[in-house]
Amino acid sequence: MHQFGFFDAFFKWQLIERYFPAIMKGMAVTIEIAFAVVLTGILLGLLLAIARSFRVRPVSALIVLFADMFRALPPLVLVLLVYFGLPNAGIYLPSFAVLWLVLSLVLAAFCEEIFWAGILSIAKGQWEAARSTGLSFLSTLTYVVLPQALRLTVPPITNRTIAITKNTALGTVIGVGEILNQATTAQSFSGNATPLMMGAIAYVVLFIPVVAFGRFLETRFAWRRA
Amino acid sequence: MEAIAQQFFNLAIMERALPLLLTGLKQTILLCLMVVPLGLAGGLLFALLSRSSLAAVRWAAIVGIDFFRAVPPLVLLIFVYSGLPFAGVRPSPFAAVAVAFFLNTSSYYGEIYRAGIESIGIGQWDAARSTGLTVSQTLAYVVLPQAVRNVLPDLVSNTVEVVKLTSIASVVALPELLYSADMARSVTFNTSPLVLAALIYLLLLWPVVRLVSRLERRMAT
Repeated sequence: MHQFGFFDAFFKWQLIERYFPAIMKGMAVTIEIAFAVVLTGILLGLLLAIARSFRVRPVSALIVLFADMFRALPPLVLVLLVYFGLPNAGIYLPSFAVLWLVLSLVLAAFCEEIFWAGILSIAKGQWEAARSTGLSFLSTLTYVVLPQALRLTVPPITNRTIAITKNTALGTVIGVGEILNQATTAQSFSGNATPLMMGAIAYVVLFIPVVAFGRFLETRFAWRRA
Repeated sequence: MEAIAQQFFNLAIMERALPLLLTGLKQTILLCLMVVPLGLAGGLLFALLSRSSLAAVRWAAIVGIDFFRAVPPLVLLIFVYSGLPFAGVRPSPFAAVAVAFFLNTSSYYGEIYRAGIESIGIGQWDAARSTGLTVSQTLAYVVLPQAVRNVLPDLVSNTVEVVKLTSIASVVALPELLYSADMARSVTFNTSPLVLAALIYLLLLWPVVRLVSRLERRMAT
Protein backbone atom coordinates (compact mmCIF):
# COMPACT_ATOMS: atom_id res chain seq x y z
CA MET A 1 0.00 0.00 0.00
CA HIS A 2 2.83 2.34 0.84
CA GLN A 3 3.77 3.03 -2.77
CA PHE A 4 0.33 4.52 -3.34
CA GLY A 5 0.87 7.14 -0.60
CA PHE A 6 1.61 9.96 -2.99
CA PHE A 7 -1.47 9.37 -5.10
CA ASP A 8 -3.63 8.96 -2.02
CA ALA A 9 -2.46 12.32 -0.74
CA PHE A 10 -2.72 14.32 -3.98
CA PHE A 11 -4.99 12.44 -6.43
CA LYS A 12 -7.49 10.54 -4.31
CA TRP A 13 -10.32 9.65 -6.71
CA GLN A 14 -13.00 9.59 -4.02
CA LEU A 15 -12.17 13.15 -3.01
CA ILE A 16 -11.90 14.35 -6.59
CA GLU A 17 -15.45 13.14 -7.11
CA ARG A 18 -16.70 14.64 -3.86
CA TYR A 19 -15.15 18.11 -4.26
CA PHE A 20 -15.47 18.53 -8.02
CA PRO A 21 -18.73 20.53 -7.70
CA ALA A 22 -17.21 22.85 -5.09
CA ILE A 23 -14.17 23.57 -7.25
CA MET A 24 -16.43 24.22 -10.25
CA LYS A 25 -18.44 26.65 -8.16
CA GLY A 26 -15.19 28.36 -7.21
CA MET A 27 -14.24 28.55 -10.87
CA ALA A 28 -17.55 30.25 -11.69
CA VAL A 29 -16.97 32.83 -8.94
CA THR A 30 -13.39 33.44 -10.09
CA ILE A 31 -14.53 33.91 -13.70
CA GLU A 32 -17.36 36.26 -12.71
CA ILE A 33 -15.14 38.49 -10.58
CA ALA A 34 -12.36 38.39 -13.18
CA PHE A 35 -14.70 39.56 -15.95
CA ALA A 36 -16.15 42.32 -13.77
CA VAL A 37 -12.64 43.50 -12.83
CA VAL A 38 -11.40 43.48 -16.43
CA LEU A 39 -14.42 45.44 -17.62
CA THR A 40 -14.46 48.16 -14.98
CA GLY A 41 -10.67 48.32 -14.57
CA ILE A 42 -9.84 48.83 -18.24
CA LEU A 43 -12.75 51.23 -18.81
CA LEU A 44 -11.89 53.37 -15.81
CA GLY A 45 -8.21 53.36 -16.84
CA LEU A 46 -9.13 54.54 -20.34
CA LEU A 47 -11.44 57.26 -19.00
CA LEU A 48 -8.70 58.52 -16.68
CA ALA A 49 -6.14 58.59 -19.50
CA ILE A 50 -8.59 60.54 -21.67
CA ALA A 51 -9.30 62.95 -18.80
CA ARG A 52 -5.56 63.42 -18.42
CA SER A 53 -5.17 64.31 -22.10
CA PHE A 54 -7.12 67.54 -21.52
CA ARG A 55 -4.06 68.59 -19.52
CA VAL A 56 -5.91 70.45 -16.79
CA ARG A 57 -3.21 70.71 -14.12
CA PRO A 58 -5.10 69.85 -10.90
CA VAL A 59 -7.03 67.02 -12.60
CA SER A 60 -3.85 65.49 -14.04
CA ALA A 61 -2.12 65.76 -10.68
CA LEU A 62 -4.96 63.88 -8.98
CA ILE A 63 -4.91 61.16 -11.64
CA VAL A 64 -1.14 60.73 -11.28
CA LEU A 65 -1.51 60.55 -7.51
CA PHE A 66 -4.18 57.87 -7.83
CA ALA A 67 -2.19 55.86 -10.37
CA ASP A 68 1.02 56.03 -8.33
CA MET A 69 -0.66 55.01 -5.09
CA PHE A 70 -2.47 52.03 -6.53
CA ARG A 71 0.65 50.89 -8.36
CA ALA A 72 2.85 51.17 -5.27
CA LEU A 73 0.58 49.51 -2.71
CA PRO A 74 0.40 45.70 -2.50
CA PRO A 75 -3.13 44.59 -3.49
CA LEU A 76 -3.47 42.44 -0.36
CA VAL A 77 -2.84 45.52 1.81
CA LEU A 78 -5.61 47.33 -0.08
CA VAL A 79 -7.97 44.37 0.22
CA LEU A 80 -7.52 44.18 4.00
CA LEU A 81 -7.65 47.96 4.38
CA VAL A 82 -10.94 48.25 2.52
CA TYR A 83 -12.44 45.09 4.00
CA PHE A 84 -11.74 46.01 7.63
CA GLY A 85 -11.76 49.77 7.15
CA LEU A 86 -15.04 50.47 5.36
CA PRO A 87 -17.30 49.08 8.13
CA ASN A 88 -15.55 51.50 10.49
CA ALA A 89 -16.64 54.30 8.19
CA GLY A 90 -20.21 52.99 8.25
CA ILE A 91 -20.06 51.37 4.79
CA TYR A 92 -20.82 47.67 4.55
CA LEU A 93 -19.83 45.84 1.39
CA PRO A 94 -19.93 42.07 0.84
CA SER A 95 -16.45 40.55 0.48
CA PHE A 96 -16.76 39.86 -3.25
CA ALA A 97 -17.62 43.53 -3.84
CA VAL A 98 -14.53 44.57 -1.85
CA LEU A 99 -12.35 42.30 -4.00
CA TRP A 100 -13.94 43.62 -7.20
CA LEU A 101 -13.55 47.24 -6.11
CA VAL A 102 -9.89 46.93 -5.08
CA LEU A 103 -8.76 44.93 -8.10
CA SER A 104 -10.65 47.26 -10.46
CA LEU A 105 -8.91 50.29 -8.99
CA VAL A 106 -5.50 48.59 -9.19
CA LEU A 107 -6.08 47.55 -12.81
CA ALA A 108 -7.38 51.06 -13.64
CA ALA A 109 -4.21 52.60 -12.20
CA PHE A 110 -1.93 50.43 -14.34
CA CYS A 111 -4.12 50.83 -17.45
CA GLU A 112 -4.22 54.61 -17.07
CA GLU A 113 -0.40 54.71 -17.16
CA ILE A 114 -0.23 52.39 -20.19
CA PHE A 115 -2.96 54.23 -22.15
CA TRP A 116 -1.36 57.57 -21.30
CA ALA A 117 2.02 56.33 -22.57
CA GLY A 118 0.23 55.21 -25.75
CA ILE A 119 -1.41 58.62 -26.23
CA LEU A 120 1.95 60.35 -25.66
CA SER A 121 3.61 58.13 -28.25
CA ILE A 122 1.46 59.59 -31.05
CA ALA A 123 3.44 62.34 -32.75
CA LYS A 124 2.38 65.93 -32.25
CA GLY A 125 2.00 66.38 -36.01
CA GLN A 126 -0.95 64.00 -35.97
CA TRP A 127 -2.78 66.23 -33.51
CA GLU A 128 -1.95 69.36 -35.48
CA ALA A 129 -2.91 67.85 -38.83
CA ALA A 130 -6.23 66.56 -37.49
CA ARG A 131 -7.09 69.82 -35.75
CA SER A 132 -6.25 71.83 -38.88
CA THR A 133 -8.79 69.83 -40.89
CA GLY A 134 -11.41 71.21 -38.53
CA LEU A 135 -11.80 68.23 -36.19
CA SER A 136 -12.54 69.17 -32.60
CA PHE A 137 -10.23 68.11 -29.75
CA LEU A 138 -12.49 65.19 -28.84
CA SER A 139 -12.93 64.04 -32.45
CA THR A 140 -9.15 64.14 -32.94
CA LEU A 141 -8.73 62.04 -29.83
CA THR A 142 -11.41 59.48 -30.77
CA TYR A 143 -10.84 59.18 -34.51
CA VAL A 144 -7.12 59.87 -34.93
CA VAL A 145 -5.10 59.46 -31.74
CA LEU A 146 -6.82 56.67 -29.79
CA PRO A 147 -7.12 54.18 -32.67
CA GLN A 148 -3.35 54.36 -33.17
CA ALA A 149 -2.47 54.58 -29.49
CA LEU A 150 -4.68 51.70 -28.37
CA ARG A 151 -3.08 49.30 -30.85
CA LEU A 152 0.32 49.84 -29.20
CA THR A 153 -1.09 49.22 -25.75
CA VAL A 154 -2.62 45.81 -26.45
CA PRO A 155 0.32 43.63 -25.27
CA PRO A 156 1.12 45.50 -22.03
CA ILE A 157 -2.59 45.83 -21.17
CA THR A 158 -3.10 42.10 -21.74
CA ASN A 159 -0.15 41.13 -19.56
CA ARG A 160 -1.17 43.47 -16.77
CA THR A 161 -4.77 42.28 -16.95
CA ILE A 162 -3.69 38.64 -16.63
CA ALA A 163 -1.49 39.47 -13.63
CA ILE A 164 -4.28 41.33 -11.87
CA THR A 165 -7.09 38.87 -12.57
CA LYS A 166 -4.87 36.18 -10.99
CA ASN A 167 -5.06 38.29 -7.84
CA THR A 168 -8.68 37.16 -7.46
CA ALA A 169 -7.03 34.40 -5.38
CA LEU A 170 -6.42 37.06 -2.71
CA GLY A 171 -10.18 37.00 -2.12
CA THR A 172 -9.74 33.81 -0.10
CA VAL A 173 -8.22 35.88 2.72
CA ILE A 174 -11.51 37.76 3.19
CA GLY A 175 -13.69 34.72 2.50
CA VAL A 176 -14.72 35.14 -1.14
CA GLY A 177 -15.75 31.66 -2.31
CA GLU A 178 -13.40 31.51 -5.32
CA ILE A 179 -11.25 28.54 -6.37
CA LEU A 180 -8.54 28.82 -3.73
CA ASN A 181 -11.09 29.34 -0.98
CA GLN A 182 -13.08 26.25 -2.01
CA ALA A 183 -9.85 24.25 -2.25
CA THR A 184 -8.46 25.21 1.17
CA THR A 185 -11.85 24.66 2.81
CA ALA A 186 -12.13 21.21 1.24
CA GLN A 187 -8.54 20.47 2.21
CA SER A 188 -9.14 21.19 5.88
CA PHE A 189 -12.39 19.17 5.87
CA SER A 190 -10.86 16.14 4.17
CA GLY A 191 -7.38 16.31 5.71
CA ASN A 192 -5.98 15.59 2.28
CA ALA A 193 -4.06 17.60 -0.32
CA THR A 194 -6.19 16.43 -3.26
CA PRO A 195 -8.49 19.52 -3.22
CA LEU A 196 -5.41 21.79 -3.29
CA MET A 197 -4.16 19.91 -6.34
CA MET A 198 -7.60 20.30 -7.93
CA GLY A 199 -7.55 24.03 -7.19
CA ALA A 200 -4.11 24.44 -8.75
CA ILE A 201 -5.23 22.48 -11.82
CA ALA A 202 -8.37 24.65 -12.09
CA TYR A 203 -6.19 27.78 -12.21
CA VAL A 204 -3.89 26.24 -14.82
CA VAL A 205 -6.89 25.25 -16.96
CA LEU A 206 -8.26 28.80 -16.68
CA PHE A 207 -5.08 30.77 -17.17
CA ILE A 208 -2.77 28.74 -19.46
CA PRO A 209 -4.90 29.66 -22.51
CA VAL A 210 -4.88 33.30 -21.41
CA VAL A 211 -1.10 33.32 -20.90
CA ALA A 212 -0.59 31.65 -24.29
CA PHE A 213 -2.93 34.20 -25.87
CA GLY A 214 -0.90 37.01 -24.29
CA ARG A 215 2.27 35.52 -25.74
CA PHE A 216 0.63 35.36 -29.18
CA LEU A 217 -0.53 39.00 -28.99
CA GLU A 218 2.91 40.10 -27.93
CA THR A 219 4.67 38.59 -30.96
CA ARG A 220 1.93 39.67 -33.34
CA PHE A 221 1.78 43.31 -32.29
CA ALA A 222 5.54 43.59 -31.85
CA TRP A 223 5.93 42.48 -35.45
CA ARG A 224 3.43 45.06 -36.71
CA ARG A 225 5.14 47.89 -34.93
CA ALA A 226 8.56 47.09 -36.43
CA MET B 1 -15.55 62.97 10.53
CA GLU B 2 -13.96 62.78 13.96
CA ALA B 3 -14.92 59.11 14.23
CA ILE B 4 -13.35 58.33 10.87
CA ALA B 5 -10.11 60.05 11.87
CA GLN B 6 -10.14 57.99 15.08
CA GLN B 7 -10.58 54.78 13.10
CA PHE B 8 -8.04 55.41 10.35
CA PHE B 9 -5.52 57.99 11.58
CA ASN B 10 -5.36 57.36 15.30
CA LEU B 11 -1.87 58.63 16.10
CA ALA B 12 -1.80 57.09 19.58
CA ILE B 13 -2.50 53.64 18.19
CA MET B 14 -0.07 54.16 15.32
CA GLU B 15 2.63 55.07 17.80
CA ARG B 16 1.93 51.94 19.83
CA ALA B 17 1.94 49.74 16.73
CA LEU B 18 5.05 51.26 15.18
CA PRO B 19 7.69 49.07 16.94
CA LEU B 20 5.81 45.92 15.88
CA LEU B 21 5.49 47.20 12.33
CA LEU B 22 9.18 48.01 12.20
CA THR B 23 10.11 44.43 13.12
CA GLY B 24 7.71 43.39 10.38
CA LEU B 25 9.41 45.77 7.97
CA LYS B 26 12.75 44.14 8.83
CA GLN B 27 11.31 40.75 7.86
CA THR B 28 9.91 42.20 4.64
CA ILE B 29 13.32 43.62 3.73
CA LEU B 30 15.05 40.32 4.60
CA LEU B 31 12.51 38.50 2.42
CA CYS B 32 13.18 40.86 -0.48
CA LEU B 33 16.94 40.45 -0.09
CA MET B 34 16.45 36.70 -0.46
CA VAL B 35 13.66 36.59 -3.04
CA VAL B 36 14.85 39.21 -5.55
CA PRO B 37 18.38 37.83 -6.13
CA LEU B 38 16.99 34.27 -6.22
CA GLY B 39 14.42 35.33 -8.83
CA LEU B 40 16.98 37.25 -10.89
CA ALA B 41 19.32 34.24 -10.95
CA GLY B 42 16.54 31.72 -11.57
CA GLY B 43 15.09 33.93 -14.29
CA LEU B 44 18.40 34.03 -16.12
CA LEU B 45 18.57 30.25 -15.90
CA PHE B 46 15.00 29.92 -17.24
CA ALA B 47 15.79 32.35 -20.07
CA LEU B 48 18.96 30.52 -21.11
CA LEU B 49 17.22 27.14 -20.96
CA SER B 50 14.37 28.49 -23.10
CA ARG B 51 16.97 29.31 -25.77
CA SER B 52 18.78 25.98 -25.55
CA SER B 53 19.72 24.22 -28.78
CA LEU B 54 18.03 21.05 -27.50
CA ALA B 55 14.35 21.22 -28.44
CA ALA B 56 13.27 19.17 -25.40
CA VAL B 57 15.02 21.53 -22.96
CA ARG B 58 13.64 24.55 -24.77
CA TRP B 59 10.08 23.29 -24.59
CA ALA B 60 10.38 22.19 -20.98
CA ALA B 61 11.58 25.68 -20.03
CA ILE B 62 8.76 27.40 -21.93
CA VAL B 63 6.11 25.10 -20.47
CA GLY B 64 7.58 25.71 -17.00
CA ILE B 65 7.54 29.48 -17.47
CA ASP B 66 3.93 29.49 -18.72
CA PHE B 67 2.81 27.10 -15.99
CA PHE B 68 4.21 29.19 -13.16
CA ARG B 69 2.89 32.38 -14.73
CA ALA B 70 -0.59 30.84 -14.92
CA VAL B 71 -0.79 29.80 -11.26
CA PRO B 72 -1.47 32.72 -8.89
CA PRO B 73 1.44 33.11 -6.46
CA LEU B 74 -0.86 32.75 -3.46
CA VAL B 75 -2.09 29.39 -4.78
CA LEU B 76 1.50 28.25 -5.27
CA LEU B 77 2.44 29.41 -1.78
CA ILE B 78 -0.47 27.63 -0.10
CA PHE B 79 0.19 24.53 -2.17
CA VAL B 80 3.82 24.46 -1.02
CA TYR B 81 3.01 25.35 2.58
CA SER B 82 -0.02 23.16 3.26
CA GLY B 83 0.27 20.63 0.42
CA LEU B 84 3.87 19.45 0.78
CA PRO B 85 3.39 18.16 4.36
CA PHE B 86 1.17 15.47 2.79
CA ALA B 87 4.20 14.34 0.80
CA GLY B 88 6.24 14.13 3.99
CA VAL B 89 8.00 17.51 3.66
CA ARG B 90 7.10 20.14 6.23
CA PRO B 91 8.53 23.50 5.15
CA SER B 92 8.82 26.46 7.52
CA PRO B 93 6.89 29.57 6.41
CA PHE B 94 10.17 31.13 5.30
CA ALA B 95 11.18 28.06 3.26
CA ALA B 96 7.70 27.81 1.70
CA VAL B 97 7.83 31.47 0.67
CA ALA B 98 11.34 30.98 -0.73
CA VAL B 99 10.30 28.01 -2.89
CA ALA B 100 6.99 29.48 -4.11
CA PHE B 101 8.51 32.88 -4.85
CA PHE B 102 11.49 31.33 -6.58
CA LEU B 103 9.23 29.47 -9.04
CA ASN B 104 6.89 32.43 -9.60
CA THR B 105 9.37 35.31 -9.86
CA SER B 106 11.93 33.30 -11.86
CA SER B 107 9.38 32.68 -14.58
CA TYR B 108 8.48 36.38 -14.77
CA TYR B 109 12.11 37.53 -14.74
CA GLY B 110 12.85 34.73 -17.24
CA GLU B 111 10.37 36.14 -19.76
CA ILE B 112 11.90 39.60 -19.37
CA TYR B 113 15.47 38.36 -19.88
CA ARG B 114 14.29 36.36 -22.88
CA ALA B 115 12.79 39.44 -24.52
CA GLY B 116 16.05 41.27 -23.78
CA ILE B 117 18.27 38.59 -25.26
CA GLU B 118 16.04 38.36 -28.33
CA SER B 119 16.33 42.11 -28.84
CA ILE B 120 20.06 41.71 -29.54
CA GLY B 121 20.77 41.11 -33.23
CA ILE B 122 22.38 37.88 -34.38
CA GLY B 123 25.18 39.99 -35.88
CA GLN B 124 26.41 40.77 -32.38
CA TRP B 125 26.80 37.06 -31.72
CA ASP B 126 28.60 36.47 -35.01
CA ALA B 127 30.93 39.41 -34.51
CA ALA B 128 31.80 38.46 -30.93
CA ARG B 129 32.32 34.81 -31.80
CA SER B 130 34.55 35.69 -34.76
CA THR B 131 36.88 37.61 -32.47
CA GLY B 132 37.49 34.32 -30.66
CA LEU B 133 35.13 34.73 -27.67
CA THR B 134 33.45 31.53 -26.48
CA VAL B 135 29.66 31.27 -26.32
CA SER B 136 29.55 31.97 -22.59
CA GLN B 137 31.97 34.89 -22.94
CA THR B 138 29.83 36.35 -25.73
CA LEU B 139 26.79 36.01 -23.52
CA ALA B 140 28.42 37.50 -20.45
CA TYR B 141 30.38 40.37 -22.01
CA VAL B 142 28.49 41.26 -25.18
CA VAL B 143 24.87 40.14 -25.20
CA LEU B 144 23.68 40.31 -21.57
CA PRO B 145 24.98 43.84 -20.81
CA GLN B 146 23.02 45.18 -23.80
CA ALA B 147 20.01 42.94 -23.20
CA VAL B 148 19.67 44.04 -19.57
CA ARG B 149 19.92 47.68 -20.63
CA ASN B 150 17.10 47.21 -23.11
CA VAL B 151 14.73 45.65 -20.58
CA LEU B 152 15.81 47.64 -17.53
CA PRO B 153 12.39 49.30 -17.01
CA ASP B 154 10.71 45.89 -17.05
CA LEU B 155 13.26 44.43 -14.63
CA VAL B 156 12.77 47.31 -12.18
CA SER B 157 8.99 47.23 -12.54
CA ASN B 158 8.92 43.48 -11.92
CA THR B 159 11.08 44.00 -8.84
CA VAL B 160 8.44 46.41 -7.50
CA GLU B 161 5.87 43.67 -8.10
CA VAL B 162 8.02 41.16 -6.20
CA VAL B 163 8.41 43.49 -3.23
CA LYS B 164 4.63 44.03 -3.20
CA LEU B 165 4.13 40.29 -3.49
CA THR B 166 6.02 39.61 -0.25
CA SER B 167 2.85 40.82 1.51
CA ILE B 168 1.16 37.49 0.72
CA ALA B 169 3.67 35.78 3.03
CA SER B 170 1.34 37.05 5.80
CA VAL B 171 -1.14 34.34 4.76
CA VAL B 172 1.26 31.60 5.94
CA ALA B 173 1.90 33.54 9.18
CA LEU B 174 5.34 34.83 8.28
CA PRO B 175 5.56 37.94 10.49
CA GLU B 176 6.35 40.50 7.79
CA LEU B 177 5.00 44.06 7.54
CA LEU B 178 1.41 43.26 6.57
CA TYR B 179 1.14 40.39 9.07
CA SER B 180 2.35 42.64 11.90
CA ALA B 181 -0.06 45.38 10.88
CA ASP B 182 -3.00 43.00 10.70
CA MET B 183 -2.09 41.59 14.11
CA ALA B 184 -2.03 45.11 15.55
CA ARG B 185 -5.38 45.76 13.88
CA SER B 186 -7.04 42.72 15.42
CA VAL B 187 -5.67 43.58 18.87
CA THR B 188 -6.70 47.26 18.78
CA PHE B 189 -9.94 46.87 16.76
CA ASN B 190 -8.73 49.86 14.77
CA THR B 191 -7.73 50.31 11.12
CA SER B 192 -4.88 52.73 11.83
CA PRO B 193 -2.12 50.07 11.91
CA LEU B 194 -3.11 48.97 8.39
CA VAL B 195 -3.05 52.60 7.25
CA LEU B 196 0.41 52.94 8.79
CA ALA B 197 1.59 49.81 6.97
CA ALA B 198 0.22 51.21 3.70
CA LEU B 199 2.14 54.44 4.34
CA ILE B 200 5.35 52.46 4.93
CA TYR B 201 4.85 50.53 1.67
CA LEU B 202 4.22 53.83 -0.12
CA LEU B 203 7.36 55.37 1.36
CA LEU B 204 9.33 52.35 0.20
CA LEU B 205 7.88 51.90 -3.29
CA TRP B 206 6.58 55.25 -4.50
CA PRO B 207 10.04 56.52 -5.52
CA VAL B 208 10.64 53.30 -7.44
CA VAL B 209 7.26 53.54 -9.21
CA ARG B 210 8.18 57.09 -10.28
CA LEU B 211 11.57 55.82 -11.46
CA VAL B 212 9.87 53.12 -13.56
CA SER B 213 7.61 55.71 -15.22
CA ARG B 214 10.65 57.84 -16.05
CA LEU B 215 12.69 54.91 -17.35
CA GLU B 216 9.77 53.82 -19.53
CA ARG B 217 9.32 57.28 -20.97
CA ARG B 218 13.05 57.55 -21.69
CA MET B 219 13.05 54.21 -23.50
CA ALA B 220 10.01 55.27 -25.57
CA THR B 221 11.64 58.40 -26.96
